[in-house]
Amino acid sequence: MSGRILITIATIALAVGVSACGGEDTSTSGPVTLNWFIFNEPSGGPQKIADRCSKQSGGKYEINFEFLPAQADQQREQLVRRLGAKDASLDLLGLDVVWTGEFANAGWLAPVPASTERAVTANVFDSVLQTARFEDRLYTIPIWSNTQLLWYRKDRVRTPPKTWDEMIDIGEKLGPTRGRIQVQANRYEGVVVLVNQLIESAGTSILAGPKTVKLDKAPTEKALAIIGRLSNSTAAASNITTSTEDTARLGFEGPANGPSDSSFMINYPFVYPSAKTNRPKTVFPNMGAAQFPAVEAGKPSKPPIGGINIGVSSYSKHKAEAFAATECLVKPDNQLEIATAGGLPPVREDLYDQPEIDKVYPGFADEIRRAIKNAAPRPSESPAYQDLSLAIQRAVHPTTKIDPKNPEPTYDTLRDNVEKAVKREGLL
Amino acid sequence: MSTAVPTQVGEPAGRRAQRKRGGPTQTTDRTKAERKLALMLCAPAVIAMLLVTVYPILYAIVLSMQKVDLRFPEESGFVGLSNYGAVLSSPLWWQDLFNTSLVTVTSVAIELVLGMALALVMHRALFARGTIRTAVLIPYGIVTVVAAFAWFFAFDPSSGFVNNLPLIPDEKAWFGNRQDAFTVIILTEVWKTTPFMALLLLAGLATIDEGLYEAARVDGASAWQRFWRITVPLLKPALLVALLFRTLDAFRVFDSIFIMTRGSQDTESVSILGYNQLISRLNLGLGSAVSVLIFILVLLIAFVFVRFLGTAVPSQGDKK
Repeated sequence: MSGRILITIATIALAVGVSACGGEDTSTSGPVTLNWFIFNEPSGGPQKIADRCSKQSGGKYEINFEFLPAQADQQREQLVRRLGAKDASLDLLGLDVVWTGEFANAGWLAPVPASTERAVTANVFDSVLQTARFEDRLYTIPIWSNTQLLWYRKDRVRTPPKTWDEMIDIGEKLGPTRGRIQVQANRYEGVVVLVNQLIESAGTSILAGPKTVKLDKAPTEKALAIIGRLSNSTAAASNITTSTEDTARLGFEGPANGPSDSSFMINYPFVYPSAKTNRPKTVFPNMGAAQFPAVEAGKPSKPPIGGINIGVSSYSKHKAEAFAATECLVKPDNQLEIATAGGLPPVREDLYDQPEIDKVYPGFADEIRRAIKNAAPRPSESPAYQDLSLAIQRAVHPTTKIDPKNPEPTYDTLRDNVEKAVKREGLL
Repeated sequence: MSTAVPTQVGEPAGRRAQRKRGGPTQTTDRTKAERKLALMLCAPAVIAMLLVTVYPILYAIVLSMQKVDLRFPEESGFVGLSNYGAVLSSPLWWQDLFNTSLVTVTSVAIELVLGMALALVMHRALFARGTIRTAVLIPYGIVTVVAAFAWFFAFDPSSGFVNNLPLIPDEKAWFGNRQDAFTVIILTEVWKTTPFMALLLLAGLATIDEGLYEAARVDGASAWQRFWRITVPLLKPALLVALLFRTLDAFRVFDSIFIMTRGSQDTESVSILGYNQLISRLNLGLGSAVSVLIFILVLLIAFVFVRFLGTAVPSQGDKK
């Protein structure tokens, strides 16, 4: 009796299992489901355009969201675990711009076919495309970008400073109750961005190729000296060694019941709507935006670049549909939709002429366009970018330890660490 | 059932050898059958254990002797012990080992004192026993990551209440220097796991015969003397077990450091080091070497406790 029950249960389980497995593959009728693994962008813009594309596909595909955590490294952790196990349930991947090299080298990304490439690269900023390529091949499709601006208090500073030294001078003159400068210098990806942009703005770069270290001595030391000067200045935020995008935003907005002690902040455009909600009468009306400061006067700065590129998993069973879906997702109208909903900058330069963008970035749309155009990506052309990131973090953190008068010891550590990281040697 | 299994861990070697040589046979058919049954009853659990613990451990050992980096699938192969060489020759490993030991020793020492005090209070509580015991256990019931976040936000200068307390400067960046960061990390560990210590000690206290205290009191022993002469010696087995469990646990500290500093300000523990190699760098070879070394250290700690401090393992508990 009990044996018969067991057999029945087993048969049912088997039947359910088989049908669950078979359903995806053999369906010749009905749309295929494309799973898009991406963090839950709070505005809901991506869902809106995904629904639109699913409808427009004429029953070819249906995009289904699988949400990843909010933190970039946790997103990566989940993707890497699944891809490492050759999980076929991933089709579309929402990738941070610095992951292209490592995902492509690991064989987790399907290269973008030529026909799709033509459609998705038209009018896209060169700096953005650089983050989407690996070894001269396009592996990911940029959907939105991001960059940092210098945000300053128009009521305290008449013209925004052009260089870091100028900014620190003004900050020190304003004093610690009004002139603080908010940056990101905790030991995480944020400090890598700061260091990379200063090194790039000084006229050199961390890598010369995927496996060759550049880091020219004089400009790198100049960049490190500025970070050291800022960190030890009275104009530095008191929590500079633990500062992130969010502590910077909160510091700039200041307390609810008194004036903010900060007049400058390096941050992404999300701080603008945040100030509008949190400090609509005090900080927000006096908020100005300018370019990321330069290292030397007359030499334009190299602002950072962030954002999301879409990759198609090499284990996906529906690559053709997945590439068709990305072609749709990055269409100009959809990029505008995402910009309007979530304030995320488009990757196509021509869209900055559209009136919608002026509404999203009132008065600073051109600053964003210029920043992305001049932006210098982090050294993510190396598939060992995570090693590089850890190595840089260890070399420069805490930034208060960098002697602005003698940055050489930090330079030596940085160079040494980066060289080891490129070769992926030792513990990091 | 356990009485039917003849080989006890603490059995004198001579007798075991005698049985091996096939000495005087007392094994009847019945005991044979019972043994067989026992084996069969244990088998599913043993097989499950083998699958979920032994297999990963062996796999980690195999990986640790290979060059495996998920990002570079084409470069892989056997490299012998060179991953261990890379780990052991790195100053980072030794620094992190020191940090881990620091957190372990300090937090376990504080937990022992506090846990003992709490256990005595719970043991002697005259009223609301259940309520007191439940209340003390609350921190232990909270997920470590949640507890770590709670403490992080409490001490964070922009969101926390701690800097608003008297005697503490408003601007103090708790996670901005090593000493303060370690203080908060250790406090979190202590707050979280003192109840565990207290509970194990309470169980030990319950086994002590009340009559001993009465006799000592009659003989004029002070409370202090009763504590040191009766409670502590009789509590020793429970105490050492509690210390062993907590030390092993504290040695693998990860969550609170990960949430609070991510290892910055030189607060990195060996588990975070392993995480960085395995998860951030996807360097499975190097990361597995770190994991295996942590495993060996944990075994060593357990060995020292059992061998030199005489911690009773459950099967020989009655001998102590």
